[in-house]
Parts: sequence; C-alpha cells; structure tokens
Amino acid sequence: MDLTSTGTTPTNDIRTPTRTSLRKRASLPRWAPAAVLAAVLGAVLVVQLLTTFNVVTLLVGTALLYIVGIYALSRTVEGRRKATDRLVTAVVTSAFGVALIPLVSVVVTVVGKGLERLDGEFFTYSMRGIVGAGGGAYHAIMGTLIVTGLAALMSVPLGMLTAIYLVEYGRGRLASAITFLVDVMTGIPSIVAGLFAYALFAVFFGPGVRMGVGGAVALAVLMTPVVVRSTEEMLKLVPNDLREAAFALGIPKWRTIVKVVLPTSLAGIATGVTLAIARVIGETAPLLVIAGTTTSMNLNPFEGRMATLPVFSYYSYVSPGVPRDPYLDRAWTAALTLILIVMVLNLGARLISTIFSPKTGR
Amino acid sequence: MAKRIDVKDLNIYYGDFLAVEDISMTIEPRSVTALIGPSGCGKSTFLRSLNRMHEVVPGGRVEGSVAVDGQDLYDRGVDPVDVRRQIGMVFQRPNPFPTMSIYDNVVAGVRLSGTRMKRSELDDVVERSLQGANLWNEVKDRLTKPGAGLSGGQQQRLCIARAIAVEPQVLLMDEPCSALDPISTLAIEDLIANLKQEYTIVIVTHNMQQAARVSDFTGFFNIAGTGKPGKLIEMDDTAKIFSTPSVKATEDYISGRFG
Ligand SMILES: Nc1ncnc2c1ncn2[C@@H]1O[C@H](COP(=O)(O)OP(=O)(O)O)[C@@H](O)[C@H]1O
Ligand SMILES: [Mg+2]
Repeated sequence: MDLTSTGTTPTNDIRTPTRTSLRKRASLPRWAPAAVLAAVLGAVLVVQLLTTFNVVTLLVGTALLYIVGIYALSRTVEGRRKATDRLVTAVVTSAFGVALIPLVSVVVTVVGKGLERLDGEFFTYSMRGIVGAGGGAYHAIMGTLIVTGLAALMSVPLGMLTAIYLVEYGRGRLASAITFLVDVMTGIPSIVAGLFAYALFAVFFGPGVRMGVGGAVALAVLMTPVVVRSTEEMLKLVPNDLREAAFALGIPKWRTIVKVVLPTSLAGIATGVTLAIARVIGETAPLLVIAGTTTSMNLNPFEGRMATLPVFSYYSYVSPGVPRDPYLDRAWTAALTLILIVMVLNLGARLISTIFSPKTGR
Repeated sequence: MAKRIDVKDLNIYYGDFLAVEDISMTIEPRSVTALIGPSGCGKSTFLRSLNRMHEVVPGGRVEGSVAVDGQDLYDRGVDPVDVRRQIGMVFQRPNPFPTMSIYDNVVAGVRLSGTRMKRSELDDVVERSLQGANLWNEVKDRLTKPGAGLSGGQQQRLCIARAIAVEPQVLLMDEPCSALDPISTLAIEDLIANLKQEYTIVIVTHNMQQAARVSDFTGFFNIAGTGKPGKLIEMDDTAKIFSTPSVKATEDYISGRFG
C-alpha cells in the first residue's frame, strides 16, 4: 500500500531536525572518574603530608571533593542530566563504602586479634586444668554446636509447621491469635528467654539448675518466631496457581503441601533457617543464665553446666586470669570461630539454595 | 470413559456475592462444549464448580446440583479429591511444577495421588500422555529437564499431558490458549479435536472463531451489569448458535457488537 497517497504524511516534514534528534552529545571519557578520583586523592594526600596525616579525614575529604569535582566537571562538559547521574552514582557509592566500614572493621579486628590462637590446640583442648597460656575452646565449640543444634531441632519443625498452618490452613480467630503471638515472641529480649528457660527447668530440677538443653530451649524461644516469619514469607511467595494445579489433579492437600509447595520454597526456607540459626548462635545472656560455663568437656546436654563459645569469650574477656594476655587471645579466637561457623552455615544455605531452587534449564 | 454432566439449578457464591445464578445445562459425553461470554460473567467460576475447585477459594460455595452420570458431585460424602481425579482441569496460564522435570510433571498426578506404579508403567504413562498432548516428539530426548524450560505453548501442552495422565473422564479447560501464540493455539485446537474421541471436554474461550472451530455445543453466558450474577443465556449446537441464535444478545455478542 502506498502510504503517501493518503496524504496524511507530509514527506517534507520528516527530515526536519528537532531537539530530540539523535545528535551525538559530548561525554567524558571512560577514565574520567578514575582520573578525578586520583587527582583529588593526590591533592588531599599532599595537603595532609604537609600538615598532619589522618586516614579518616583523608577518605572523607577525598570522597567529598570527588563528589563535588565529578559533578562540576560533568556539568560543564555533559550537561545537567548526566551530571546528576554522576552525582548520585558517587553519593550511592560513598554510602556503600560507609556501610562497609563497620563490617570491614569488625572482620579486621577479630581476624587480627583472633589469629594469635587459631591453632590446633585451640580446637582440640578444653580449658580443664589450664592456667595461663595454652588450652582451647574445644568444649565451648562442642557446647555451641550441641546447644544450637538442639535449639534448631526444636524450633525448625515447630516454626515450619506453624508457618504451614498459618499460610495453608489458618483462617479466622486462631490464625490471627497465633500471628499476634508470633509477633510478640519476635520482640522477646534474649535475657527474658534465658530466665524463662531457667524458671521452667527450676520447676523440675530445683533452683540453681544448669543444663545445656535449657540453653537450647531458651534459644529455641528466640529462634521459633524468626523461622515462622521467614517460612511464612517463602510459602506466600509460592504462586496459588501451583496449589490449584495440584488440587485439580486430585492430589490431596497435605501432599500438595509436602510435594509441591515445600519443594518450591525450600531454597528460601533454608536461607531463613540459616539466618535464624546465625541470629541465636551468638546469644550470650540466656546461656549465661541457664547453661552456665565450665572449663571441661561436657557432651551431655541433660547433665550439668555446658560451655558455649559466646559465654567462653565473655568470661575470658571479663574475668581473665593472670597473666591476662592468653585469656584475651582465647576470647578473640572464640569470637573468630563463631564468625567462621556462621560463615560456613551461610555457605551451606547457599549450597542448598542452588541445589533446590526451581530451575528453568534454558 | 467419557461421562455426561447434568447441571441443575446451580447458584455459585463467593461469600455472600452471588456470582452465577440458576444454571441448568447438560454436557454431552465425547463432545466439546464451549462456554463463551463477556469478561466477568462467571464462565471460570462455573467451570471451576464442575470439579469442585470453586470451594478452594475462601468463601466459595454452591447451591444446586452437578451430576456426573447420575452421581451428584456435591452430595455429602463425596470427596472433592475423588471428584478432581475424575474431572481434570487445564488453566489459563500454563503452570507446570517448577521443581519437577518434564517426566515428573507428567506423572505428578499419578504419583502424588498415592497410586503405586512400577517404573516401566510410569514410563508408559509418560509416553502415552505426552503423545496424547502432541508433545512427545518435542521432548522425548529431554524428559529429565525441568518443565519450566519449555516454551509457553509447550508448557501448556505439558499441563494437558499432566491432566490426561491421571485418565480423567472429563477435561475442563479455562481459556487454555489465551496466553499462547497462534501456532501453539492451533496445536492445542488439533489436540482438543483428538481428545474428544475419549473425553468429555468443556472449554472456556474468548475467541469466537475458536469456539466455532473446536466445539460441538456452545453456551453463551451474560451478565446484566456489574455486581449482578452471570447467567446462561442460551445453549445449543455450535452451528446453530453461530448461525441463527434464538436470543438477540447472543447474536450481538457473536457479531462483535459488545463484549
Ligand atoms: N476469588 C474471587 N473472589 C470473589 N469474587 C470473585 C472471585 N473470582 C471471581 N469473582 C467474581 O465472580 C464473577 C465472575 O468471575 P469469573 O468467573 O472470573 O468471570 P469470567 O471467567 O467469565 O471472566 C466476577 O464478578 C468476579 O469479580
Ligand atoms: Mg475467566
């Protein structure tokens, strides 16, 4: 069909240049931001070397001057829109850097001070009969693994079943009551959980009771609401289409949940559970109250005091023996070990996520 | 295998809202019945009430009866799970199970409804169902790959294979082609023509040509206004509905004057 013959498209207008034509605009070369950064850094460094040197003012000054500099340069060369883009990019990057400071600082400090005692002995010896240097936290590591493992054993099934009830079955009063209680539980201070566990066990075993499993109960109280919440969110993300598809095949509801809904959300649930474990594994207060501490190995959570890494670290730091240094070194290494355990847990969750997450296979 | 469905005085509610009012119709075995009508007139709602999927929605309930070969589906003591095993459903959007391979998707209904089968029997079910859904040749070399990796049209045929793998007597389809390209649509229409030999098929469609092409009977639904219940205006042979409908509204809708 001949469009021009309709007379609706005046051909002479088409080539008229307009403001929005695709004219090539001036732009800064790719290396410009790096160059500006280097120039600013150099300038600040020179000034500081002539006066007084300070890392903090060096970084802050460089960042501020870079933001101003790149904006001004871009504004004169590239125009307002691009300049704003560069400004916001610079600000966001700086904010990211600021957010990174605590993380890097913690890691550097803990690794720096914890490396001293990160040796075979630390992982194979308890503190039984040790005064001064030597010894290790084997008993506390096992204690932490046992107490946290038991806590997970209690709270993961409980939390997941609660979440399944809330998302898949819960209607009306009971469901909203449970949701409310879970909200309340989320806000429980950890020391209260510890006191609760102590009070509970004191009823059965008399006052002054100390038990690893009591610590596990306290941690489970803290962990359960986190597991409920994260599982709930993950189950809600499963499209209703899938449940209906399963129902329409004549698959019973409970099998739909077990075989379709849970596998679909397993990756997210695993991440949530890991985060919940990471959240409680460093708890100190409740374990001080109910699990106590000891210098020797105790693998039986139902009998007597049980050392854990946070409590071990706490006591080593707060009431070191003489000489002090070996105690402080062990405290830092215990902290480092705790971080390593959490890191391994996170890697495990990543692994589970990639193994179980739905694949498209494209 | 195919069965007749008798719907009598059916009212369908969402909570207090009467969505579909007073439907009576007979759906013949080994035939394709198309349901047409403007959006929101209750076609999906009605379709879902035929295999008790309607009550999955909170507040969903019905009055009246739906009888399959004389047995009322809504009788007390009839298990909705059994109903759905006999009356399968294909949805508007393809929804293969994302964690399962093509193979596992097809046998999901068989396996998860508790039927124990040997591997060789399952293999047979997979081949037969995928053949039935015209998908076998395209996927026979990658049965262990995830079902979500197929194209939209292939996914929809996978869902059809999954539905016929449990050997239902009736197959309900709710706009099965509306998310598909014309080629996939044709593939599925061919498939419907084949499936008719064995199954009773009810299909909701927005596409008038499709209704005319694939169906033997056509029911026209309409709604008096928003908030009013949808009703079955008329139902007849497809040829009759598309040539000489007895109600003016049907003619207006088919000729594209509204809807
Ligand atoms: N889950 C639901 N809850 C409440 N009302 C619904 C729901 N689904 C559909 N409806 C209402 O039921 C009526 C019929 O909807 P539907 O069956 O989806 O129509 P159609 O498939 O013909 O477009 C509409 O008024 C719609 O708003
Ligand atoms: Mg619909």
